[in-house]
Amino acid sequence: MQPISSVKGKAYPLGLKNVDTDIIIPAAWLKTISRSGLGKGAFQSLRSVPGNVFDDPAYTGAPILIAGDNFGCGSSREHAAWAMADLGISAVIAPSFSDIFSGNAFKNGLLAIVLPQEAIDRLMEVAKTDEIHIDLETQTVTTPFQDRFPFEIDPFRKHCLINGVDEIGLTLKSSDAISAYENKLSASQPWLSPNQA
Amino acid sequence: MSAPQTLYEKIWNAHVVEQRDDGTCLIFIDRHLVHEVTSPQAFEGLRVAGRRVRRPDLTLAVPDHNLPTTARLDANGNNIPIADPESAQQLEALERNAPEFGIAYIDATDVKQGIVHVVGPEQGFSLPGTTIVCGDSHTACHGGLGALAFGIGTSEVEHVLATQTLQLSRSKSMEVRVEGELAPGVSAKDVVLHITGVLGASGGTGHVIEYTGSVIRALSIEGRLTISNMAIEHGARAGLVAPDDVTYAYLKGRPMAPKGADWDTAVAYWRSLATDAGATYDKVVTINAADIAPSVTWGTSPEDVLPITGVVPDPSTFADPSKQAAAKKSLEYMGLTPGTPMTDISVENIFIGSCTNSRIEDLRAAAALLKDRKKADNVKWAIVVPGSGLVKQMAEAEGLDRIFIDAGFEWREPGCSACLGMNPDKVPAGERCASTSNRNFVGRQGPGARTHLVSPAMAAAAAVTGKLTDVRTLMD
Ligand code: SF4
Repeated sequence: MQPISSVKGKAYPLGLKNVDTDIIIPAAWLKTISRSGLGKGAFQSLRSVPGNVFDDPAYTGAPILIAGDNFGCGSSREHAAWAMADLGISAVIAPSFSDIFSGNAFKNGLLAIVLPQEAIDRLMEVAKTDEIHIDLETQTVTTPFQDRFPFEIDPFRKHCLINGVDEIGLTLKSSDAISAYENKLSASQPWLSPNQA
Repeated sequence: MSAPQTLYEKIWNAHVVEQRDDGTCLIFIDRHLVHEVTSPQAFEGLRVAGRRVRRPDLTLAVPDHNLPTTARLDANGNNIPIADPESAQQLEALERNAPEFGIAYIDATDVKQGIVHVVGPEQGFSLPGTTIVCGDSHTACHGGLGALAFGIGTSEVEHVLATQTLQLSRSKSMEVRVEGELAPGVSAKDVVLHITGVLGASGGTGHVIEYTGSVIRALSIEGRLTISNMAIEHGARAGLVAPDDVTYAYLKGRPMAPKGADWDTAVAYWRSLATDAGATYDKVVTINAADIAPSVTWGTSPEDVLPITGVVPDPSTFADPSKQAAAKKSLEYMGLTPGTPMTDISVENIFIGSCTNSRIEDLRAAAALLKDRKKADNVKWAIVVPGSGLVKQMAEAEGLDRIFIDAGFEWREPGCSACLGMNPDKVPAGERCASTSNRNFVGRQGPGARTHLVSPAMAAAAAVTGKLTDVRTLMD
């Protein structure tokens, strides 16, 4: 994973609530066996409507997306995060995210920033004309107009994002603890391993 | 004595391998189900990093999403090739990856094949008190057996394959208590649609929900799986139903369930998992069974639920402005006008299937209503897709296939099918479908398709009249 500590640039002012994973990337795009190239299918149903923010030249290529409540609800498809990254989006700001989506976003170095609705309303205004700056170190979202919105992030996730940590490599350092757990388990619940039953 | 604990806390605590200072835990995973859509990039990641699968014995692979539901073998018993090259490529990837990494694989032509969430419980692979993951959000389904089961993304699939663990933080807990007795014509699906309407699509976010109360206790395992299946549709990380005698009767003798003396030890352990008296949840929601009618969705979020006796809502009556805008958009997509009685809406397609409602009990409920009846002429496409080869076999032994076929339905091979239309089963653009699946999202059943989520009996009723129908009007 690439380290990421800040994102600065234009933002798509989408604002829509309950943006589900079928909206982010429809099922027809899930047949791939690779992680790249999904940007072409990103937000397909929204982009079929003339005047949509994604094809508005004022925003094209923006690294930030501003959305409404419950962003990324629906399926567990990580293709949603891959598609957004492929479209060039590095951060989403919304009042809330589905649990699975925020996990998937994190694993791909895509920032999922939670801010209250009032802050979202303000950023939607700012995005029409100006850039937005997300700083992970200080945990703030700022605009050129003195706006300063602090956000919370799990300290472990922050550490991994800033340092580009390989999570599997990290867990494998606990191999001994996992083995000890497995031994305990095969004694107390031997039926859990079909090979031992 | 230790403090009273909930079912969720007990399962969680039993699976902590390590806890970090910030509270994040390394959680052991007992069961990993793998299907073809969310796994290719995970196996590729393992290969690139030169990693192996830590516990192939705790992993089970089965194809479901892409498989066509038409015949899989020709008259000579040879495999019929899959027409869509991309689907074929994804299925082949799983077929190759499973043996390469030493994972048990159920082939598309095996009678045990089916939707992962039907296969797991049916094989006794899914057990109470276990942690179960799958790269699929409806993994919550297995919570109906009292397992802590949740969907994960592909990076996490790779993480579980490599380490048999996940780095997780504890969720909050919620109790959804459903008390009373269900009225005739009201099924588990109506209960969970109603719950989703009450909580909203994000009402359970950050929570693990335990479903309790007399209504849940009285449900069969099939019904409990249906409820827990849709936990994700009200935003919950997982759903749980405490295991009880109904659970043990269901599991006993299943191929991968504990046997002999292990069985008794297992049951004694499972009995100890129930939430202790005096344990508290972060949130409690109580629902009265008398308030639940046969239900149907009108919009493009599973929270858009109404009793079948309702009318299409007027977006301007919603208090929340963002909800107003969303509802307006939904109605445009659905082609509906506020004030229209739900029972005036005609449907051209009927889908009975998906991991929510494709088990034997679901097929029995639909068949009971269709017996000696026929689908209406305006219904162009009506299909039944059993959840697994074993469900199909059982239904055929009971003669249910005849009832469906005589009523004008197509009787298909198991898979996900029109639940998400990755295979050729799609609802045409602009047409409506009364569907027993779990998501009515824009384009879910095919680009432009309009989905109304219902129970199996309600889907059968809609087939008979050609309109969304109150199943109670067709019951004797
Ligand atoms: S039946 Fe539908 S919801 Fe269930 S696993 Fe398949 S695609 Fe997902």
